Amino acid sequence: MPSISIPLSDALIGSHICLDRIDVQGILRRRLLDLGFVPGNIVEVMQKSPLGDPTAFRVNNTIIALRKEESSLIFGEYVGSDET
Amino acid sequence: MSSYTIALAGNPNTGKSTLFNTLTGLRQHTGNWAGKTVVMAEGEFSRGDTTFRIIDLPGTYSLYSNSADEEVARDYIIFEQPDVTIVVLDATSLERNLNLALQVLEMTPRVVVCVNLIDEAKKLGIRIDLEKISQRLGVPCIAISARNHIGIENLLDQVEKVANGTTVPTPVQITYSDQIESKLAQLELLIEKTLGSRFPTRWIALRLLDGDESLLNTLRERMQKPAESFGEERLTHGQTVCH
Repeated sequence: MPSISIPLSDALIGSHICLDRIDVQGILRRRLLDLGFVPGNIVEVMQKSPLGDPTAFRVNNTIIALRKEESSLIFGEYVGSDET
Repeated sequence: MSSYTIALAGNPNTGKSTLFNTLTGLRQHTGNWAGKTVVMAEGEFSRGDTTFRIIDLPGTYSLYSNSADEEVARDYIIFEQPDVTIVVLDATSLERNLNLALQVLEMTPRVVVCVNLIDEAKKLGIRIDLEKISQRLGVPCIAISARNHIGIENLLDQVEKVANGTTVPTPVQITYSDQIESKLAQLELLIEKTLGSRFPTRWIALRLLDGDESLLNTLRERMQKPAESFGEERLTHGQTVCH
C-alpha cells in the first residue's frame, strides 16, 4: 500500500510526517539538513502562524518555523495514527 | 612544562561557553540571542605541569560556508590546527549534535567528544551509551555537566592524553558512494601536490566536490601569505563577548 508523498506545507496540524525528499537547493538545503530535515526523520507539524505562514515544525526536539517557499519543497508521508 | 591549544566546538546552546568558564574560571557573560558568540573568546588555565590555551569557537550547527560564524569556526580548526578540538554535544539532542561531530572528525583526528548536560538528560530519562559512541566515532567520549562540575577532571584527562599523544584517536571515516570516492582519490592527488600535507586533504577534496567557493578563496589567500597568523578578532581574559 504505497502512500502518497505530500509537501510539508500541505500537512495537517498535529500530524507526523516521515520525510522522504528535500527539493530545496543551495545553502538553505545544507542548513535544513543540518537542522534535521533529512529523509527518514520524523517531523511534527506544530502550528501555523495567525496569517497562515510560516508554520512551526518540530524536528529533533527543536521547533523550527518554515515559510511555504521552503516547506512546499520538503516531502514526506503521514506516519503514526494517520497511516492508512 | 608543556602547553597545548584546545578549541571548543559545538552547536549553539550546548554549554560551550559554560564549559569555557568552568575551565578558565572566568565569569564570562553568556546569553542566548543570535550571533552572541561571533568573536572567539580565549582563555588559559594550568593543570599540573601543563598549560592549556582554550578557544571558544562560535556555536554552529555545521562547519560549511553557510555563515560567518561557521567560517570562523571552520577556519580555526583547519588553519590554526589546535592540539585538541573538544566537540561539545547536548545530551538531550544528540542526533542533531552528532552531525557537527562527524564534520569535525573529517577535519582532524585529534578530537574529544564531550557530552554535556548529562544531568539534564538523566532527568528526561535519556540514557547514553558513552562507550558505544566512543567506539563508533573512534574518539574518546566523556559525559559532563559543565554547570555542575561533573566529569570535568575526566574530560581533561582525556584531552591531555590526546594532546600529548598517549591516546591516538582513529575517527570513523565516512565512506561515500563509489563515484564520489573515485573523484576524491583523483582530487586528493592534486591537492597534495599543491598544498602538501598541511591540511586534511580528503576534507578539502570533499569541499571542492561540494562546490564550496568560499573555502577555495580562503585557501588561496592562505597560500599567498602563508606565515601570517590568524587575523580574527579575539578576546582575552576579563573581556565579555557582549558588545
